[in-house]
Amino acid sequence: MSDKVYEEIQNTQLDEIYSKPYDPELAEKLYNPQKPMENRITDIGPPHYAQFFPPVIKKNYGKWVSHEIVQPGVLKYKSETGDVVYVVRVGCPRLVTTDYIREVCEIADKYCDGYVRWTTRNNIEFHVTDEEKLRALLDDLKGRKYPGGSYKFPVGGTGASVTNIVHTQGWVHCHTPAIDASGVVKAVMDELFEYFGSHKLPAQVRIALACCLNMCGAVHCSDIAILGIHRKPPLIEDDRLQNVCEIPLVVAACPLGAIKPATVEIDGEKKKTVRVNKERCMFCGNCYTMCPAMPLADGEGDGIAILVGGKISNRISPPKFSKLVIPFIPNEPPRWPTTVKWVKKILETYAQHARKYERLGEWAERIGWERFFELCEIPFTEKSIDDYRLAYDTYRTSLHFKFTSHVEPM
Amino acid sequence: MAEIKKHDTPMVDELKGGPWPSFVDDIYSYAEKHQKQACFDLMGQLELSYKHKETHWKHGGIVGVFGYGGGVIGRYSDQQEQFPAIWAFHTIRVNQPASKWYHTSALRKLCEIWDHRGSGMLNTHGSTGDLVLLGTVTEQLEPIFFDLTHQMNMDLGGSGSNLRTPSCCVGKARCEWSCLDTQALCYDLTMTYQDELHRPAFPYKFKFKISGCPNDCVAAIARADLSIIGTWIDDIRIDQEAVRAYVGGELKPNAGAHSDRDWGPFDIKKEVIDLCPTQCMHWDEKEKKLYINNKECNRCMHCINVMPEALRPGTDTGATILMGAKAPILEGAQLSTVIVPFMRLEPPYDNLKELIEKTWDFWMENGKNRERLGELIQRIGLNRFIVDILGLKPIPQHVREPRANPYVFWKEEEVEGGWDRDVAEFRKRHPA
Repeated sequence: MSDKVYEEIQNTQLDEIYSKPYDPELAEKLYNPQKPMENRITDIGPPHYAQFFPPVIKKNYGKWVSHEIVQPGVLKYKSETGDVVYVVRVGCPRLVTTDYIREVCEIADKYCDGYVRWTTRNNIEFHVTDEEKLRALLDDLKGRKYPGGSYKFPVGGTGASVTNIVHTQGWVHCHTPAIDASGVVKAVMDELFEYFGSHKLPAQVRIALACCLNMCGAVHCSDIAILGIHRKPPLIEDDRLQNVCEIPLVVAACPLGAIKPATVEIDGEKKKTVRVNKERCMFCGNCYTMCPAMPLADGEGDGIAILVGGKISNRISPPKFSKLVIPFIPNEPPRWPTTVKWVKKILETYAQHARKYERLGEWAERIGWERFFELCEIPFTEKSIDDYRLAYDTYRTSLHFKFTSHVEPM
Repeated sequence: MAEIKKHDTPMVDELKGGPWPSFVDDIYSYAEKHQKQACFDLMGQLELSYKHKETHWKHGGIVGVFGYGGGVIGRYSDQQEQFPAIWAFHTIRVNQPASKWYHTSALRKLCEIWDHRGSGMLNTHGSTGDLVLLGTVTEQLEPIFFDLTHQMNMDLGGSGSNLRTPSCCVGKARCEWSCLDTQALCYDLTMTYQDELHRPAFPYKFKFKISGCPNDCVAAIARADLSIIGTWIDDIRIDQEAVRAYVGGELKPNAGAHSDRDWGPFDIKKEVIDLCPTQCMHWDEKEKKLYINNKECNRCMHCINVMPEALRPGTDTGATILMGAKAPILEGAQLSTVIVPFMRLEPPYDNLKELIEKTWDFWMENGKNRERLGELIQRIGLNRFIVDILGLKPIPQHVREPRANPYVFWKEEEVEGGWDRDVAEFRKRHPA
């Protein structure tokens, strides 16, 4: 460990600025629209991380020797100094309000000296140093519910579980989605809730959602991925396009070269626009990202594709991309029952058949994808056969295959 | 205060039920308590989206704060008459503290700012790592920025064609496997490259992510143009007594990660030795001793993950530097590829920064508009990128396997006699 880093961490104190009351009028006093650069502070970056370390974390930085998962959602870390810290991990819906954050603060103040952290999958972690506080904290968390009955702080997300779903903005804030994010995630997590608070699976299962194929987040490398897709080419607003779009950028935005510049005559006036070769368009929506005059969202056309078998970690096998196994499920707000059904079916078939430590992608590769489709009872369609550039690498160029129900002798 | 208008949201309301924390219940509880029209309007518009199965946000929106070219995502409703409180509903990315630790004094103060100047809704956190303040109007952007910088000592994160907000795993703060000071490095890089983060100067976005070990808890290999993943170059540390405790059933494999299912008693041969991807381990049943041929180990973490009390990464630590990960648009999804197998990382990280700046110099000059680094590497070839651009020695670790096709480029100076030839000379030896 770098002594310099350790020393810097020990010397970093909680910034006093946070204990000063918020002045709701200060900004108006300091910010003068006539002189916008006056009083402006820039490039200060994030607050120094170490000021937010609880004392036990600060002291034992770099000195941890081992850990155990005491029960689902509760971890115990041991330090070479003899110190111990318990971590309670709770699910968080990611889209939250300040009142929710205040409730997190209330819990953190009561049990954790005011310290709290979020994980890379948007769960929340509370840290305590003695078992009595741990039990009180767990009791407290169990009782906190919303008026509608959902848990505010369900404990879990450790070990061989289904942890939080990394997801995106959906219809709550984005302009290019094919599906909602928060609603689908809620529907899926409700159905898989028992797997969040238990260690019943062969390995951890990472579920992720992206509301379009920009794939913000982790959809391309998750055990089970829910992806928003379109199925209709973009509309083209010829009368407006040249005013709002940079045509060469639109042409360059197409991965398949389906867009070319064009000229149209509207009311005797020549206008520059584009034409989309509909046979070559696979509805990625990247032209709309570049050009507001090419919207493609469509209530009936849009929906969900399911991809499976991706992973990030290097454990046993190298990281893998997720692969498309269900090409389309319609949007079914507010509960997306067909999507939920398939995610659960895939998860439980995997749980039943995979070996200990085997991630979903490792299992599917071991048994062969033909067996994966058969066991999960997913109809195989030509949509799962790659036809983009390096597709050849995904064909079966061997006689190594199993006879499954798919094969009908000719 | 103007009268609050509530919308009928039967479909959205159905998401209040079920055990998983309900964002709907949270937002409505908050809206009722604080009488926030923006929350009611957001739920109203979401209901409309559930009905139409289409988004109701207009395309794009360019807003921001003076001095910066990014950090704020502009957004406007396309139902402005029906939902006036969200007619403008911009998102502000706030640069999170490394690995997302907070003290409640900071969080509470941030909540006050956001109640006062925004919708009261946020994302904890955005996928890149930022703390996301979800929904405010254009006139509040400068005051929020002034509040953040003057009263919180906090700055905006990145957006646009620039360095995005770097992020890292929990690292040595609370993990025995971290081979890196992930937070220290994340903070240092963020501070060093503030200009690149706030003022877009790149062909496209560029992300840093830092994981302490090959478990890669921040998904650096999949979600960062520059992936820094901790590793070690010496031997795995073995506590033979603890290994025996696992074999004897006194310690739970994988720290108890499989506790709710009966997988039978721990079998070191089946669960560790036989699953090692390089088959470099041996359990001597007579001696009751575990052997690892570290020269053959590829540091996948499996044995360490299974027996955390017995096995630990080595002590000569550093990172593997990989580059080029991206999502599918435009040329297909990419994972990062190994560039530097092992780099020791100590402050001020000059070796890493030199590599970063060399990469940026080339990409900024040669990258096409909206071309990610990973696509540029594919376009010019990994071999040229490594050798000609970065000046590194090509080594077998750079590839999973050597090329199979024989379409090899040679430079003229590599070939004896060069490329200037006279066909008449050729014909003297080989009449036509």
